[in-house]
Amino acid sequence: MDWLNAGVQGVLLGGQYALLACGLSLIFGVMRIVNLAHGVLAVLAAYLSLFLVQQGLPLWLAVVVVVPVFAALGYAVQRGLFNPALAQVRARGAGGDSRGGGSRGAGELAPLLVSFGVAVALTSLLQEVFSADTRRIPTGDLASAGVPLGPLSVGLLPLITLVVAVAVIAGVQLFLARTPTGRAMRAVADDPGAAALTGVDPRHMYAVATAVAFATLALAGVFVGMSTQFSPGYGDLVLLFAFEAVIIGGLGSLWGTLAGGVVLGVAQTIGAQIDPQSGVLAGHLVFLAVLVVRPGGLLPRSVPA
Amino acid sequence: MSVPTVPPTGAPTITRGGRGSLIGAGGLALVVVLLAAVVPYVVTLGALSSLVMLFALVILGTTWNLLAGYGGIVSVGQQAYVGVGGYALIQLADAVGAPPWAAVLAAGVIGAAVALPTSYLVFRLAGGYLAIGTWVVAEVFRLVTMQIDGLGGGSGLSLTAFRGTDRVDRVAFVYWFALALMVAVVLGTYLLMRSRVGLGLTAIRDDRVAAGSLGVAVDRGRRLVYVAGSAGAALAGALIALSTLGVTPGSIYSVSWTAAMIFIVVVGGIGTIEGPLVGAVVYWALQQALAPLGTWYLVVLGVVAVAVVLLAPRGLWGLVAGRFQLFPTTYRVRSGRI
Repeated sequence: MDWLNAGVQGVLLGGQYALLACGLSLIFGVMRIVNLAHGVLAVLAAYLSLFLVQQGLPLWLAVVVVVPVFAALGYAVQRGLFNPALAQVRARGAGGDSRGGGSRGAGELAPLLVSFGVAVALTSLLQEVFSADTRRIPTGDLASAGVPLGPLSVGLLPLITLVVAVAVIAGVQLFLARTPTGRAMRAVADDPGAAALTGVDPRHMYAVATAVAFATLALAGVFVGMSTQFSPGYGDLVLLFAFEAVIIGGLGSLWGTLAGGVVLGVAQTIGAQIDPQSGVLAGHLVFLAVLVVRPGGLLPRSVPA
Repeated sequence: MSVPTVPPTGAPTITRGGRGSLIGAGGLALVVVLLAAVVPYVVTLGALSSLVMLFALVILGTTWNLLAGYGGIVSVGQQAYVGVGGYALIQLADAVGAPPWAAVLAAGVIGAAVALPTSYLVFRLAGGYLAIGTWVVAEVFRLVTMQIDGLGGGSGLSLTAFRGTDRVDRVAFVYWFALALMVAVVLGTYLLMRSRVGLGLTAIRDDRVAAGSLGVAVDRGRRLVYVAGSAGAALAGALIALSTLGVTPGSIYSVSWTAAMIFIVVVGGIGTIEGPLVGAVVYWALQQALAPLGTWYLVVLGVVAVAVVLLAPRGLWGLVAGRFQLFPTTYRVRSGRI
């Protein structure tokens, strides 16, 4: 029974990881940027909502505020930081300058390095402002409420997280597949030059993609903040878990990411059942095993996003 | 068809380096001599320990640059090897009883031995995903280390091999040894880049696909760089443990080592041998100057790194020195016309 319980808890935990991973997957899919600041940004969202709740706002209103703020932040970060970094990748791809024997600069590494700089600065900034103490967003009875499911009791909050994760992934999938903006986004992802010829501005499209990604990230951050004790350094773990969910599931597939999150969550809870100290390690090991056995992930490229 | 006519002059000359490089190298050699023969006698013991950290940072930066600047491998998980080096040093010096200098060198070899099988794992990922993959590997190393009781679990180990040694003797030994190691690593990197292998690596840096089509063994080159770079990180980790007399899993496996490496290389100038030297001095000086500000210095470092990548992608060395090479690796053609 303990094992079954651990498995069910793992599936629910997987919902949280999939929600976290959704934005990482989207940004990579559209512009091939791996955003190393992903985790700490989720933690920033958690701190912002905590701050708003402490000011007396109800939680739902805090979410309604934080998600659009993050979408705007995403648009600004893309226009201000990532687009200039991407321009360097292009400049190098087109020949760039290769004077003398010197280096041509960061080139294709530029977006990765920029996001790493942001991650380092933001983590330390959060530590200065909010201290390194662990916090949790107060949720009243929600965090402890359970729903009976057969012989088991399932936490209400993890259940809501899983439902929200499925809804967000379905929403992003529909957005990419059916809306004109989504179509333009996929065109830009395939070939920014050709897309620009048809009148789509790649820089704007990239910024919209990042805005959507940041909005899902903010939502994920709030759920993390409600269910876990977090601190500024927790962003590192968030990034690793989100990344593992993406790779286990398979690149370029949002439903794969959901499956990856569930696999990771189950690995962690089963691992913790074996040895309470080893939950996170078990997750890492399952990730490495997938890398060895199925480097393409479980559900590779079912939908090109 | 018109053939471009070349003015009938003397044959073009092909040179590597020149007077400037010789003077620069002479100046650098003078700095090393000063560091070896004068500095230890005029500064405090505390300052010597802090200089050991600078030498370790130069090694870290130089070897990370080998990875990212020449191999195109952005590893965010080099702290894995810093940790392996630190733990290997303490185990070899204390449990096995090896002399400290031999233990440091052996720690580097162990780092390389661990990196070789790991490379087959992380090379399954590409680009940015490789970066996070290496980080996961580093976390696995840290968590596994913490599970092993013989390695002190979560509280780490302290070095006892120096017990009974006079403090002045100990600091002086570590200082000179670290200086020698730093010089060896930088010179070794230079000689590697001058060699045929280095030419292949430069080609890989500039365009991996084109290099492969010209017969450069891209995979072998990248694996060599990963193993060599990880061995360097392990050497630096061993030096750090030797200097601080102990390791804890939280600090020796900390991602902040990799953050330091990235800052050093990016700010100094990626893909050059001189860049990491400049970057390490800048990082070290900032660390000393901003230490009273606590974590604010990391905020400054992050912002500076972002600004340099976007505004001066060739780093400080590229900005200041342009085409000048202190460590000449490439040939240049000069027309024979006077």
